[in-house]
Amino acid sequence: MTLPTRPRLARRARLRHDPLSGRDVLLYPERGLMLSASAGEILSLCDGTRTLDMIVADLHGRHGGVACEIIARDVDQLLVALASRRLVEEAP
Amino acid sequence: MSAPAPRPYALVAELSHRCPLHCPYCSNPVELVRGSRELESATWARVLAEASDLGALQVLLTGGEPLLRPDLEAIVAAARERELYATLITSGVPLSSARLDALCRAGLDAVQLSFQAGDASGDAVAGARVYARKLEVAGWVKERDLPLTVNVVVHRHNVERIAEVIALAERLRADRLELATVQFVGFANANRSDLRPSAAALQRMRGEAFAARERLAGRMEVVVVAPDERSDAPVACMDGWASRYIVVAPDGVALPCHAARMLPLPFASVRDRPLRWIWQESPAFQAFRGEAWMPDPCRTCERRAIDHGGCRCRAFLAWGDPAAPDPACTRAVPLAPPAAAAGPAVRRVNAGDRDVDDRAPVPLGVTRR
Repeated sequence: MTLPTRPRLARRARLRHDPLSGRDVLLYPERGLMLSASAGEILSLCDGTRTLDMIVADLHGRHGGVACEIIARDVDQLLVALASRRLVEEAP
Repeated sequence: MSAPAPRPYALVAELSHRCPLHCPYCSNPVELVRGSRELESATWARVLAEASDLGALQVLLTGGEPLLRPDLEAIVAAARERELYATLITSGVPLSSARLDALCRAGLDAVQLSFQAGDASGDAVAGARVYARKLEVAGWVKERDLPLTVNVVVHRHNVERIAEVIALAERLRADRLELATVQFVGFANANRSDLRPSAAALQRMRGEAFAARERLAGRMEVVVVAPDERSDAPVACMDGWASRYIVVAPDGVALPCHAARMLPLPFASVRDRPLRWIWQESPAFQAFRGEAWMPDPCRTCERRAIDHGGCRCRAFLAWGDPAAPDPACTRAVPLAPPAAAAGPAVRRVNAGDRDVDDRAPVPLGVTRR
């Protein structure tokens, strides 16, 4: 699984907030994933304009105490999992 | 005292029992709700909002044929307003390309399109020449970049030709293929002896489906819906009674599953009660929720967390008692002798235009067109 360089949500996936759990949820045909706070934050940055490096830099700016390598690892792990489910894709 | 109600994840909105097709495996009840008793748009909008407040995230717009509702666009818009992920489950037959545009503008998220077989041979099953139209509809869905699920009910007459169904779904570039083994409720139960695939054929079908799933990984999801009538163990029907799903029938009667209407329980209508009361407090929704209702040996069985006691409708059909053990369970000795509730296993027609008049019951012949 190769990672998209400028990831965005796939057409079939929709990210929304779930007021009952206070978490973000990623909905797709007849399924949904409850996201952790960090996964929701990462996905909200996957708008097809930012590169992976920009996403990591953005998150590092918000969470200065966390090393870029750790953030990059988390971003990669999440996006690999979601790309294999065809929920994120390369922006055209 | 009962435990607090869980959260429903999906609302199954049966917008109409009317349908241009007459599939003998239809899961709609043989006593169809007539068109004049269908809920009005404003009530559906309220139900969608109430379902969302309860926690629902998905709405499945189904029927019958939901496209026969002229207000489907308004219903989709009401779902979208509450951020529900809206899937249209359709035969495709009444659709036009302009109407699909209007549904997209209203906020439709996905389409599940039914096929009867991998080629036009399925038209005999549907009781109408619809295969060519369905291909056209699938094209429109993909042109608009909407996710497409191809759904095929698997039964005796197509179980040997699943390779063609898989090939069709690939040609249509479906995102999901759902191979739904016929569930013996509604018309399908009346026609069960004609529809039941052999265990060996089902096993071969599953093998083909699992091979396709591996081959198509990353392109198309292949889902196999297990038969409800198994010989080894009960299925986890609806993931448990009133646990994740709310079904609302065309006339507003709310159910934990689309078949449950056959059970002798006081199901309330959304016309008379808020959905929150129905979900959290109504006796019918609490009847088999959790484990307190379970008979022996279910209440101490280690599988109870897996199958939640199985299917209450199958128990009722087999034993005349919806609280009896699921008849598929090999560990339970039924307490009562089998009831005649299932009726004679004769072939019944799913006939007429299905917008039946109350005075003219659905013709239940023994011939099929």
